Amino acid sequence: MKVDYFQSEYEIIRDFNKCIDCGLCITQCANGAHKRSKEGKLYTEDSLCVNCHRCVAVCPVKAIKIKKNDYSFKDNNSWKKEDITNIFRQAESGGVLLSSMGTPKDYPIYWDKMLINASQVTNPSIDPLREPMETRTFLGKKNSTIEFDENGDIKLEEKPFIELSTPIMFSAMSYGSISLNAHKALAGAAKDLGILYNCGEGGLHKSLYHYGENTIIQVASGRFGVHSDYLEAGSAIEIKMGQGAKPGIGGHLTGTKINKDISKTRMIPEGFDAISPAPHHDIYSIEDLKQLVYILKEATDYKKPIIVKVAAVHNISSIVSGIARCGADIIAIDGFRGGTGAAPLRIRDNVGLPIELALASCDTRLREEGIRDSVSLVVGGSIRNSADVVKAIALGADAVYIGTSALIALGCHLCRSCHLGKCNWGIATQRADLVKRLNPKEGRTRLNNLVSAWTFEIKEMMGGMGINSIEALRGNRLMLRGIGLTEKELEVLGIKIAGE
Amino acid sequence: MKSINAENLSYKELNSIIRQSNDSKFCLTGVMGQRFIGCALKNKEVEISGIPGNALGACLNGGSTIIVNNNCQDATGDTMNEGTIIVHGNCGDTAGYSMRGGKIFIKESAGYRMGLHMKAYNERQPLMIIGDRAGSFLGEYLAGGTIIVLGLRQEGNCPVGNFCGTGMYGGRIFLRSNSLPKDISPHIEATVANEEELNSIKAYIQEFSSIFGFESEEILKDNFYVLTASKSTSYKKKYIAV
Repeated sequence: MKVDYFQSEYEIIRDFNKCIDCGLCITQCANGAHKRSKEGKLYTEDSLCVNCHRCVAVCPVKAIKIKKNDYSFKDNNSWKKEDITNIFRQAESGGVLLSSMGTPKDYPIYWDKMLINASQVTNPSIDPLREPMETRTFLGKKNSTIEFDENGDIKLEEKPFIELSTPIMFSAMSYGSISLNAHKALAGAAKDLGILYNCGEGGLHKSLYHYGENTIIQVASGRFGVHSDYLEAGSAIEIKMGQGAKPGIGGHLTGTKINKDISKTRMIPEGFDAISPAPHHDIYSIEDLKQLVYILKEATDYKKPIIVKVAAVHNISSIVSGIARCGADIIAIDGFRGGTGAAPLRIRDNVGLPIELALASCDTRLREEGIRDSVSLVVGGSIRNSADVVKAIALGADAVYIGTSALIALGCHLCRSCHLGKCNWGIATQRADLVKRLNPKEGRTRLNNLVSAWTFEIKEMMGGMGINSIEALRGNRLMLRGIGLTEKELEVLGIKIAGE
Repeated sequence: MKSINAENLSYKELNSIIRQSNDSKFCLTGVMGQRFIGCALKNKEVEISGIPGNALGACLNGGSTIIVNNNCQDATGDTMNEGTIIVHGNCGDTAGYSMRGGKIFIKESAGYRMGLHMKAYNERQPLMIIGDRAGSFLGEYLAGGTIIVLGLRQEGNCPVGNFCGTGMYGGRIFLRSNSLPKDISPHIEATVANEEELNSIKAYIQEFSSIFGFESEEILKDNFYVLTASKSTSYKKKYIAV
């Protein structure tokens, strides 16, 4: 007698009055949740459904609905359904719980507790349709003093920098965690928009080298695919010290996911497990980090800005201060709500800090130490809309990284099943039949649309505040007021309460 | 051949001279700890008298050779792609981190964390040979390539420290020794090297010997162990999808 501890999380509801029996749902579901019986009847295997909405979206007559299975345990605020079922899972398998994307847990979202100013009466607002609004942003070291030569001209020291048409970049997502078509869409959109995308730690696919001007290449602990052509290809190099979704741990790409193309791009043999160690084993101190920063500067003749990416963790402001002093041109801080292709559940949900608090404390600390201009700050970790971008810049960021938002633009429905490798939208998979579903041209257009729309919204909000450039908004905490925050939270964020 | 006296030059000035110059051969004297010498060098040869600083030959590229007539320090050949580094002396820690091609030959002993995460692909097969002893953590996370430790002054004692090859999942480590380290992980298969395996490294040992004036036949007569990633025990953690 089989005793089944698990019930399906979702129910696939088919309206048989509408259903025309085309069978598209069967071919489109890589999880095998839709089946046809021997007698030819359509039926569903609900336990295999991950709620990705692929079948719902492609059904020509809209006959399918996915419902949450409302089976429930007895009401218990101490022990929620997922607490109980996760223990069932571990008792059965002895395994580490694995999950994807950002944490869905109910932690406070500080973006939603801050309000933006608008100009009235004493300070006119600016109409972005009539007057120029500058969203161009430059990332890199800035001079803190002006020096003149003997002719009275300003001495210009050429420091490497990144120019962005809008303060938004596409965050690092490796080729291996997402498909080549997704990378093609991101690279193309970055070029169209005049911004950059980050190719992640899996190396850069040969077919994307020509997007080099709009590419940030990443050097992570595994140093996969890192060679001279790779270092020359991008316009900036990012050293990945940590990632918001899984701070402190390394990565493990199983041999089964390493096909011919991934093997070639990462320069590792096919079918072997790719283990990224947790720390860079040649970086054991801040001095070692400075050494790696300068290895990369020397290797690229000081022509490319070096970014250091860290996860937001305790004492992040001290860490960022140290990194600013070791030669990095840009520091990227990744908040704990950031996404990931796969991470242990407990680390994704419990480790790290919210980016809003991390950003505010780092910006304040760098300004107090007089070194804010020696480095640019880029933040990420679930930036969901243009208002989040405006608030991030007002708190002190120079630009933001978007990852989850970009994937959603490409069709991701946040079903959080990336670690299964069967993404029905062709994004988080390497299966050729699924990757085909993501049309890079169409994806490129959708990303262009998203970032252009956000840029216009940013201009409108800035104009509303009476500000006409990102520079004037950056670190302008007076443009924010807190709502529903404690005194301490207001203090860390460095903003006043609404009404004050 | 361009001669450079590095005595009063900062590393930035010294490396810039080498980079901008059209010469392809350089002879450096008076080197006193300048870092990043030969970083990302391409198709050039540098001979160094004095003690180079950290990160010598980091990101080294094809057609390049770096020869050090003394000892070298930490992070030598870090993330190097191709080329050859020859050290007529001792080496510091963490040489050849993430090496993915080329050769590092060290006449005497080396420090901790040598050859970490070396990787190989097709014709890119990195090689590291250490003449005497190597410290702990040799070849951790090895993904490909060959590391050989000869223990030339160890009189048959084990020439490596603790945690040798921890986390390796590819590549080979050869130890010229009569005994294995006591703490070899169960994920590593350690066997006495057979004739075929010894033949596969014969040419490497001959090259090493001719550079430093050793007798390769004498070296190859002794017992060698070879360490490889065990195929039966894997590192696969059990994961259960949520």
